[in-house]
Amino acid sequence: MVRRVAEAARLSLTDEELERYEQQLKVILEAFRMLDEVDTEGVEPSFHPIELEDVLREDKASKWVWDPLANSMHKEDGYFRGPRIQ
Amino acid sequence: MSVLERAHRINHRYRAFNHVAEALEAEGGGRLTGVAVSVKDNVCVKGMPSTAGSKVLEGYMPPFDATVVAKCRLEGAAILGKTTQDEFGFGTFNVNTPYSVPLNPRDPERSSGGSSGGAAVVTAVADFPHLAIAESTGGSISCPASFCGVVGITPTYGRTSRWGLIDYANSLDKIGCMGKTVRDAALLLSVISGPDVYDSTVLHAPIEDYVAQAGKPAEGLRVGVPREYFGEGVDQGVSDVVWGGVKRLEDQGADVREVSLPFTRYSLSSYYIIAMAEASTNLAKYCGLRYGLHLPLEGSFDEYFSAVRSAGFGDEAKRRIILGTYARMAGYRDAYYLKALRVRTRVIEDFRRVYRDVDVLAAPTMPVVAPRFDEIAELEPIQHYMMDILTVAPNLAGVPMVSVPCGESDGMPVGLHVMADYLGEGDMIRAAAAVEAS
Repeated sequence: MVRRVAEAARLSLTDEELERYEQQLKVILEAFRMLDEVDTEGVEPSFHPIELEDVLREDKASKWVWDPLANSMHKEDGYFRGPRIQ
Repeated sequence: MSVLERAHRINHRYRAFNHVAEALEAEGGGRLTGVAVSVKDNVCVKGMPSTAGSKVLEGYMPPFDATVVAKCRLEGAAILGKTTQDEFGFGTFNVNTPYSVPLNPRDPERSSGGSSGGAAVVTAVADFPHLAIAESTGGSISCPASFCGVVGITPTYGRTSRWGLIDYANSLDKIGCMGKTVRDAALLLSVISGPDVYDSTVLHAPIEDYVAQAGKPAEGLRVGVPREYFGEGVDQGVSDVVWGGVKRLEDQGADVREVSLPFTRYSLSSYYIIAMAEASTNLAKYCGLRYGLHLPLEGSFDEYFSAVRSAGFGDEAKRRIILGTYARMAGYRDAYYLKALRVRTRVIEDFRRVYRDVDVLAAPTMPVVAPRFDEIAELEPIQHYMMDILTVAPNLAGVPMVSVPCGESDGMPVGLHVMADYLGEGDMIRAAAAVEAS
């Protein structure tokens, strides 16, 4: 199970990590199942703690002044340079 | 000795910083003139390396200030440096980081608490005018404040801007502050609160005069003591000290009564599922292209991204990414993630109901005093998580809280937690100042 999830999350784990996480996750997920005791029939999920109100501002363009490439080591001619897509 | 020299000395003794400023620069003047403000490493400061305690952000140099930092500068503060923390905030003892693990000033064999450990340590030992910007997702301000004997305020979700915060879990993250006294922390809260064009989740409610609240008597304040916060797993010595604090509030004329928050016991599981699910999506952006750790561009993009992420994330970060990804996967999403969000609604209803009858709640901040590092090393991950049993519920609900020093147990500081209703920071500060003064 852990191997499949790790691949989805783009993590390559060692055999030692796989084994350890597998065992720890079993314990943690088992503990989380206590939520099954709570009757949530008809209860809405709270994606946010507070109801958010829409905030509007004037639709006016402004210039982004920070260089997005400043922190990248992989760049060329004003573009990011990424790994091969196959 | 200059302030910067003092900061270096603090760092040498207690390992509280990931970066100390090269110069103390203040422009303008205002409420923070002459104050050095330290900033938790996950809050961006222009021109200072900001790693959020993670190797995956090694070398990242923000080109801008977080809004809360900019607000401090406008009031005349100088930024002192970046304080150490658990990687992305993933921890309760500030031991989950490849950088500095801070030492508790009261006993260097004990943890400072986490995840804002460095912030609490600097606040406790600074012998110059200092305030700290910290951040809480599930208790990361309250816990180290309690363990180090300082005041830590976590405001209502949305009271402060999150622009420039390196996110952990967007529906839970709150930038807050620490000071040696309630009045000090209240001053910084009043500076960093309020609207921001860069964060649409900030509340537009008026900002009270928090400093003035710190001087008001507790007489007539309705204080609820939730019975679920004094039960199993809470150290008797800690309980006794906190009851002493509650008694002192009563002596000052507060109306103290016992209350109940029945869904408290479910908040830990709900919190961790939501926090991990959100964290696993937030951490997807670290892939060695735009900032932080880079490796030579080799292999396919899957191979490259996996190599960077596996090298950059620490053990706890990997565990949370896996758990959070699992909880969101088809087939498990309803049972874990959506279930946790529904239980969160129940926890929120608990608080809303109880605040119809009381102004604030008083409870222990942490179930124990600061543990020793050798004790921490013996804990399994689930036991780490369980240390947060008293702080996760208010964090999950997004209500404000403050940990205020209340006494000692085993020679270590004990924090009393004052929790208030949404935007109830004023009453909360008033109660905390009364505990502090008694």
